[in-house]
Amino acid sequence: MSDVTLKAINLSRLFGENQVVADVSFNLKRGEVLGFLGPNGAGKSTTMRMLTGNLAPSAGEIKICGIDIIEDPKKAKALLGYLPEIRPLYKEFTVDEFLTIAARFHKVPSSKIKKSVEIVKDRCGLADMSKRLIENLSNGFQQRVGIAQAIIHNPEIVILDEPTVGLDPNQIRAIRKLIKEIGSKYSVIISTHILSEVEMICDRVQFIKQGKLVYQGTIKELKEQRSEKLLVGLSKAPTLAQLKKIKGVDKVEKDENGMFVFQFKEKYLPAEEIVDLSAKEGWGLYHITRFTTSLEEFFVELTKSNN
Amino acid sequence: MIINVARKELKSFFASPMGWIILSVLMGALGFLYLEGVNNYFAVMSGAIRPAERVGVTIHVGEIVYRDASFLMLIAVPMLSMRLISEERRGQTLPFLISAPISLTEIVLGKFLGLVIYLGILVFYIFVMLSTLNFWADIDFGYLIGNSLGLFLLIASFSALGIYFSSLTNQPIIAAILCFITLFALMKLGQYFASDPNHWFGYISFTNHFQSFSRGVLDSSDIIYFILFIVTFLTLTIRRLDSDRLRG
Repeated sequence: MSDVTLKAINLSRLFGENQVVADVSFNLKRGEVLGFLGPNGAGKSTTMRMLTGNLAPSAGEIKICGIDIIEDPKKAKALLGYLPEIRPLYKEFTVDEFLTIAARFHKVPSSKIKKSVEIVKDRCGLADMSKRLIENLSNGFQQRVGIAQAIIHNPEIVILDEPTVGLDPNQIRAIRKLIKEIGSKYSVIISTHILSEVEMICDRVQFIKQGKLVYQGTIKELKEQRSEKLLVGLSKAPTLAQLKKIKGVDKVEKDENGMFVFQFKEKYLPAEEIVDLSAKEGWGLYHITRFTTSLEEFFVELTKSNN
Repeated sequence: MIINVARKELKSFFASPMGWIILSVLMGALGFLYLEGVNNYFAVMSGAIRPAERVGVTIHVGEIVYRDASFLMLIAVPMLSMRLISEERRGQTLPFLISAPISLTEIVLGKFLGLVIYLGILVFYIFVMLSTLNFWADIDFGYLIGNSLGLFLLIASFSALGIYFSSLTNQPIIAAILCFITLFALMKLGQYFASDPNHWFGYISFTNHFQSFSRGVLDSSDIIYFILFIVTFLTLTIRRLDSDRLRG
């Protein structure tokens, strides 16, 4: 059996005239956490709803472990766990009752239901909440119940739509840890617009914008997109052309504070040359630091460049 | 799977006070009707001088109870059915059911079954209550069974219509009002066309079809009417949920 658990082929979705998802194709491998990034309204949730059979695609195919979700939805859905953006919790039930129902609906054999409820409660840190009504749980615990119902039947693929929105920093941390744990066993797709989150928990990312995939890559590749730069302050600066001639320098720009931003060739730090030259030519060097551009800048550029 | 969905619905009925209150109020009301029927049986029958005017205790009490039970259900069913789907829409819990390996047909049938089982408790309760007459009289069980079946089919039809209206909106109250108005029209308007037995409205209204059951007659055309009514509205509900998936 191949390692690919989920395959989306040329997915498109129209709402009336409005194309929300256009020609999206990607694969998901076993044991991989895929981050699904994009600005609000880019089509993340729509894609996830299609992947889980909640919405029919206008065109394209979805294969869950080789099973087409449109042709054989029951079999395909049995391999999926899904937590939508708005938690689908029946708040009138207790945690135990709700998880039992979730297990039953996902065809966990009745002899194993009790045990799988216990296991999933343990994993999601809900052991002390068994008899509490979901309604009375805090936001973070409700989110954990939401994740618990998505993984109770040991699905091959877990799809989580913005699982950390609206939680406090401690809860976010706990949920991220949980997602990482889940990711080591199953394939996970999580959507988010928090970039640091992606860096922490994902193996691979894809960026969707206006319904189109504009970037796909591993987290390592993504990190390489960040470049190191030098920020230099000169009181009696020469022309930009002169600065560009310095050995190893790729590009020089003046920022809004009158400082110079040097981009340099890979693995060649021209700091020494700049300092030497400045002393020789009397440019009046008063500041020099090395910094790394953030992922955020990369994504801002990515969205801009495609506009 | 249908059973599992039905179990969830039943659990949900009894997880809120609403489910218990409606059940107990209806039982109380039906008990009161029964008591009144028994109380005035002798008073009415002693006034009936000609033998032809005399009816048995089963028919006398049963008529009161079953006629009014169908009317009570007219109010109770919309209150119970309104939340079945519209509440899920409002709470955005439908994805939980739809992303589970359950088909839409199973979801709708499960919800229908859950409601019918809940209301079936009342049908059974009425049957048992009226059967207690057997302690001091010789009652006509055929009449009771016929009426129970009629009431059950009537309730099931109400429920199917209620689920359909519940699938149309995400406001339970609107679903309840629409359902009540439609049921009321189907129950009561038949009376206004009673003068013309062949009027088309007579055929589609509940009253005429329920009447034969309450006389103790099992007419296959009436049974088919109720079954067709149920199948139609359940199918419409499934179609409606499916169109959500297709149109978004």
